Amino acid sequence: MPSDLVHLYMRIDHLPQIWCPGCGNGVIMHDVAVAIDELIHDEENSINREDIVIVSGIGCSSRAAGYLDFNSIHTTHGRAIAFASGIKMANPKLHVIVLTGDGDCSAIGGNHLIHAARRNLGLTVICFNNDIYGMTGGQYSPTTPNGDRATTAPYGNVDRPFDIANLATGAGASFSARGDVYHARETIDIIKQAIRHKGFSLVDVYSICPTYYGRKNKKGDAVEMLNWQKENLIPTARYYSMSEEDRVGKKIIGILSFNDYPEYTEEYAKIIASCRKARKK
Amino acid sequence: MAKTVLMQGNEAAVEGALAAGMRFFAGYPITPSTEIAEACALRLPQEGGKFIQMEDELASIAAVLGASAAGMKAMTATSGPGFSLMQENIGYGAMAEIPCVIIDVQRAGPSTGLPTSPSQGDYMQAKWGTHGDHPVIALSPATVLECYTLIVRAFNLAEKYRTPVIFLMDEIVGHMREGIELPDPNRLIINHRKMSFHDGANKQCYYVPEGKYVPAMKPFGQGERYNITGLAHDESGFPVNSSEIAGKLITRLLDKVEKNVDDITRVEEYAMDDAETAVVCFGGTTRAVMDAVLAARADGKKVGMFRPITVWPFPEKQLLARLPQLKRILMVEHNHGQMLLEVQRTVGGTLPVDFLGRVDGTVISPSDILAKLNETEGQSHAE
Amino acid sequence: MIGRKKLVIEEAWCKGCGICAAFCPKNVLEIRKEKVTVKDEEECVFCGLCELRCPDYAIYLVNMEE
Repeated sequence: MPSDLVHLYMRIDHLPQIWCPGCGNGVIMHDVAVAIDELIHDEENSINREDIVIVSGIGCSSRAAGYLDFNSIHTTHGRAIAFASGIKMANPKLHVIVLTGDGDCSAIGGNHLIHAARRNLGLTVICFNNDIYGMTGGQYSPTTPNGDRATTAPYGNVDRPFDIANLATGAGASFSARGDVYHARETIDIIKQAIRHKGFSLVDVYSICPTYYGRKNKKGDAVEMLNWQKENLIPTARYYSMSEEDRVGKKIIGILSFNDYPEYTEEYAKIIASCRKARKK
Repeated sequence: MAKTVLMQGNEAAVEGALAAGMRFFAGYPITPSTEIAEACALRLPQEGGKFIQMEDELASIAAVLGASAAGMKAMTATSGPGFSLMQENIGYGAMAEIPCVIIDVQRAGPSTGLPTSPSQGDYMQAKWGTHGDHPVIALSPATVLECYTLIVRAFNLAEKYRTPVIFLMDEIVGHMREGIELPDPNRLIINHRKMSFHDGANKQCYYVPEGKYVPAMKPFGQGERYNITGLAHDESGFPVNSSEIAGKLITRLLDKVEKNVDDITRVEEYAMDDAETAVVCFGGTTRAVMDAVLAARADGKKVGMFRPITVWPFPEKQLLARLPQLKRILMVEHNHGQMLLEVQRTVGGTLPVDFLGRVDGTVISPSDILAKLNETEGQSHAE
Repeated sequence: MIGRKKLVIEEAWCKGCGICAAFCPKNVLEIRKEKVTVKDEEECVFCGLCELRCPDYAIYLVNMEE
């Protein structure tokens, strides 16, 4: 018997999930469920469960769509954000949440990520970022750090990595944030704000892959990898109070950029309204 | 009397789609289909619908499938290079049973090819472009008016069988301008997919009653929670590793079209009653064939035209019915011999099948066809 | 005793990754034979961090009130 929350928001028949021991994806999926639960039970401004659509692409992360008990669509590799764009356009009242991975959303789907961000289409993209292609057995991804090992980088990765949160900001996302597995409570709060946000929101959540990335790069087991997150990922308030010196080697987590640029489907609704008005005359 | 309007095939397709209830278009500019996107951008918001120009064709077809899953009749339009990019998700639409219409205004390929020149080189791609065994319905209009009327049928079939339908146009039809009388939209027959689950089996989203082929699903956001996937799945919509269930699913998907082939296939026959030679053609090649048939008839020759309107599945039953009266067939198409293969397969060596094709981006003229008819006539006499 | 809560373990779902035990602020949990066990329930403050960080939903708190 799992917890009430898991019972309520996950498809119990399909659990336990297929992810490896210590994989961070299970924690992030739980964060999403907790965030949605808290929004549904928000007394002042609750959201409707039936209005939530979970969209995923292909990869370890994308299995989450099948586990979460909402309207869910498990699409093709890289195209989750594009499918989600059509869903949101067709029915703007829906909360369309894309669960994707670093490869899915920044390699094969990178073009859709930057253009959805540029349009400020009201989707929430949650990237389960584990620095590796897990489902195919440990190839380097666009977020694998330079010099790190992967099955396709046996001599070390020559590529430079993307910072997905900054990439989204650069592309015009009106909400961009970073979370991680260790700081689960902080990440839940970030996800809640991302779902509440009207325009395009992205949360780059640092996952851990002890099985492939961790083992290939001697990062230790899940506990050691989470210890790294605990020591080196610093919530915004503390990060900003730190000296330049102390920030070396650390990364900031929290909401990194935010603005209230008009949301795409709302702007399109204005066009429809003006066309209809012109026709009536 | 209906008003006559001067219209291009591309524009007529948009008006027909709107009449069929299309309210979402996602696309990417590409010659010679761009006027479709332009007309949708202009017309959709007037009808309360939505247009979005996506970043590429991969995104366009994905957005169309997403919009359809959320309950809107949706379409995209492209040409060869973009059609190639869309293939993976056309297969997704077939597997997940999401209705939509994909217009391919064919141009000369391969690759970037001859962007403004006519071709029918995507005929086989329309059937075999995406990987795996999957159902395909493709319709091909021959006139501007038919761009309007036939796309209504394309949407009807997509909704009825819950599958992507390819609307296989070509540069000739897409860019041809004609004065046409648009039909009264109120007199059109419009199908909508069944928007609630079939009863039984706990209302599973992909449940199909015995003897039926098509599941009934509510769109997202209407109070039922279910899962859609491109993986082989069971009636609940969840992936399975059972070869039995996977085999049953794929067979049902194929059966949707195969068992309903009489409902789906349509042909146009012209002067076929006493014809001994059938000229087979489709789409933009039809006008030239019609002219050639008229000229051959004026010359006392028993020539007729056989035109598949449904080009996939190939209307083999209708062609087989004509075989006893025929002495030969001439296939005319703007490619290197693609529908030719279907004709040959259907005829099975019982008749000589000649071919006139073109891959240089120029148009096959009536005189080319007449010359070929005379040439093949000479050959058959020699036999 | 703080609140009326109880720690529950769903042993079949535990993959033995050790995250819950390593980050338990009161050192209540340990991994034995690749499964989580409660070593010292008295010390538990029902903070719920184990539930939040368990990737497999194998450990959680329940309210005892009703």
